[in-house]
Amino acid sequence: MEAKTADFKYVYDRPKSLVDVPTHYCPGCGHGIVHKILAEVIDELGIRDDTIIVAPVGCSVLLYNYIDVDGCEAAHGRAPAVATGLKRVHKDKVVISYQGDGDLLAIGTGEAIHVANRGENITTIFMNNAIYGMTGGQMAPTTMENQITKTTPYGRDTSDVGFPIRGCELVNTLESPVFIERCAVYDVKHVLKTKRAIKKGLQNQIEGKGYSFIEVLSMCPTNWGISPVKSAEWVKEVMEPYYRLGNFRDL
Amino acid sequence: MSDQILMKGNEAVGEAAIIAGCRYYFAYPITPQNEIPAYMAKRLPEVGGTFLQAESELAAINMVFGASAAGARAMTSSSSPGISLKQEGISYIAGAELPCVIVDMMRGGPGLGNIAGSQADYFQATRGGGNGDYRVLVIAPASVQELADMTVKAFDLADQYSIPVMILGDGFLGQMSEPFTLPKPSGKNFKKPWALTGAKGRKPNIIASMRLTPEDLLEKHNLKLQKTYQEIEANEVMYESYLLDDAEYVIVAYGTSARISRSAITELRKEGIKAGLFRPLTLWPYPYKELKAVSERAKKVLTVEMSLGQMVEDVRLAVQDDAKIDFYGRTGGMLPVSEEIIRKVRSYGG
Ligand SMILES: Cc1ncc(C[n+]2csc(CCOP(=O)(O)OP(=O)(O)O)c2C)c(N)n1
Ligand code: SF4
Ligand SMILES: [Mg+2]
Repeated sequence: MEAKTADFKYVYDRPKSLVDVPTHYCPGCGHGIVHKILAEVIDELGIRDDTIIVAPVGCSVLLYNYIDVDGCEAAHGRAPAVATGLKRVHKDKVVISYQGDGDLLAIGTGEAIHVANRGENITTIFMNNAIYGMTGGQMAPTTMENQITKTTPYGRDTSDVGFPIRGCELVNTLESPVFIERCAVYDVKHVLKTKRAIKKGLQNQIEGKGYSFIEVLSMCPTNWGISPVKSAEWVKEVMEPYYRLGNFRDL
Repeated sequence: MSDQILMKGNEAVGEAAIIAGCRYYFAYPITPQNEIPAYMAKRLPEVGGTFLQAESELAAINMVFGASAAGARAMTSSSSPGISLKQEGISYIAGAELPCVIVDMMRGGPGLGNIAGSQADYFQATRGGGNGDYRVLVIAPASVQELADMTVKAFDLADQYSIPVMILGDGFLGQMSEPFTLPKPSGKNFKKPWALTGAKGRKPNIIASMRLTPEDLLEKHNLKLQKTYQEIEANEVMYESYLLDDAEYVIVAYGTSARISRSAITELRKEGIKAGLFRPLTLWPYPYKELKAVSERAKKVLTVEMSLGQMVEDVRLAVQDDAKIDFYGRTGGMLPVSEEIIRKVRSYGG
């Protein structure tokens, strides 16, 4: 892929920290987009040699195969605890906990709240796709009201299973976090905003400021049962009004 | 005698862990082991270590997972209901081939049970409650000295085999004060090239129990673990024999039950009854061969436990002669009574 002509110049390339292998993600999935911008940020900050990433249980369970940094598994919901153990040993390393909505707001709610409350000097990337992707599309804590999933075949009934939980707002009740932002990746503008938020989250960590929480409204065309294009629209039209985009805290 | 100090069993475990080079300890409070977190909270900052009270036992064991993956010596401690919650993490630690030390000061169960000492979690410790074909190396000390010595050894064994090692005590042992001599660090140094330290100058390291791809078959991974377990079974069995050379009646007991059995044996010997003690110090690997050899010369093998019969299943597997087997156990935080052991053994004489 060497440019042969002097008239050509590279304006775009695969980020160095993104491993050159096909991912297992479905077309239109938000995980792949966020992996790529995360790799770009790692390159831009020059922290490939200093980063340890914790993969969740969920569709992004193989995250450590895609980002060219040291990687660690965590049981479903326990990534914040594993990240805490790693960070307490390697205070000078950049530790990232990457989690889905089932992982972070259902089975791992306790760990998620307490890692934020301790102000652990790590960065959380929270992928909210309003569904359990990996297990085939069951209700997530973030599933929208009336949304049909495998386990809400008549739509999410909020009088029965409650309302979708807003991660950023929850974390925003705590004193310790230094950075909380909700982003989306349904178009280029928002992808770039998400990238800036992730970069800020990692910079905060490098500067020793404390805990950063970045929520990303993400697409799961496969389990939503709609096309990638429609999925992007669905985030904008259905999720975004309930999950307000923007910064909640930047200390 | 001058180098002896007095400490509770729980505190001795804490100090021994520090001597062994453990600088990371994560736990959630539960009686009867609360002296361990209290001791570590005070001592670890003095030696530049990290004490962190976790939000649950789930979190604590997974913090241990992270610290161990980072290459550090890490420990958690708890008691029975808390160990139940740690099982998931223990399975992941075993699957990811990480070393760590877990202390369990058993209490009465099931459920919330009570806070007195118990041995009703032998199954939980040796058979595990986590999923998969894995093992935990389980050491069952019977004195404060042994708690301390074995804690130091546990860290070496964990590093040597990259396996979770459990110190299995009980509430009585943890709460008991005894004079003991502080153990010395072993001085052994284990390289951890797999540790997550940032991939500077190398390919990334990955710590995971998951094996999905055909080249990386889960069965192959399990067979590798099995090989380690076989090595441990061949090399790390520990037990103590007391007056077994001429014993016609063998009492098998570990931990606190072994202490009581020992005093019963002293009485029985005064009466001229040839009783002796076989005390497994490792519960996994279990000293099957050694116990079998001893039992072949014996008329009766009495297992004494603070449970209604858990280790006795391993004794049966070792002895392979049901006619020789007898059992005496108390449960729910009650101690076996020496007189009852004596009465039972006397009755074997006819
Ligand atoms: C203890 C445990 N319970 C359940 C599962 C099954 N499981 C795997 S992934 C998952 C849900 C993941 O959903 P989410 O966190 O939203 O991630 P996504 O796949 O949507 O990215 C579940 C329930 C598991 N692996 N472990
Ligand atoms: S199932 Fe959904 S979350 Fe999982 S890879 Fe496919 S689109 Fe992405
Ligand atoms: Mg999800």
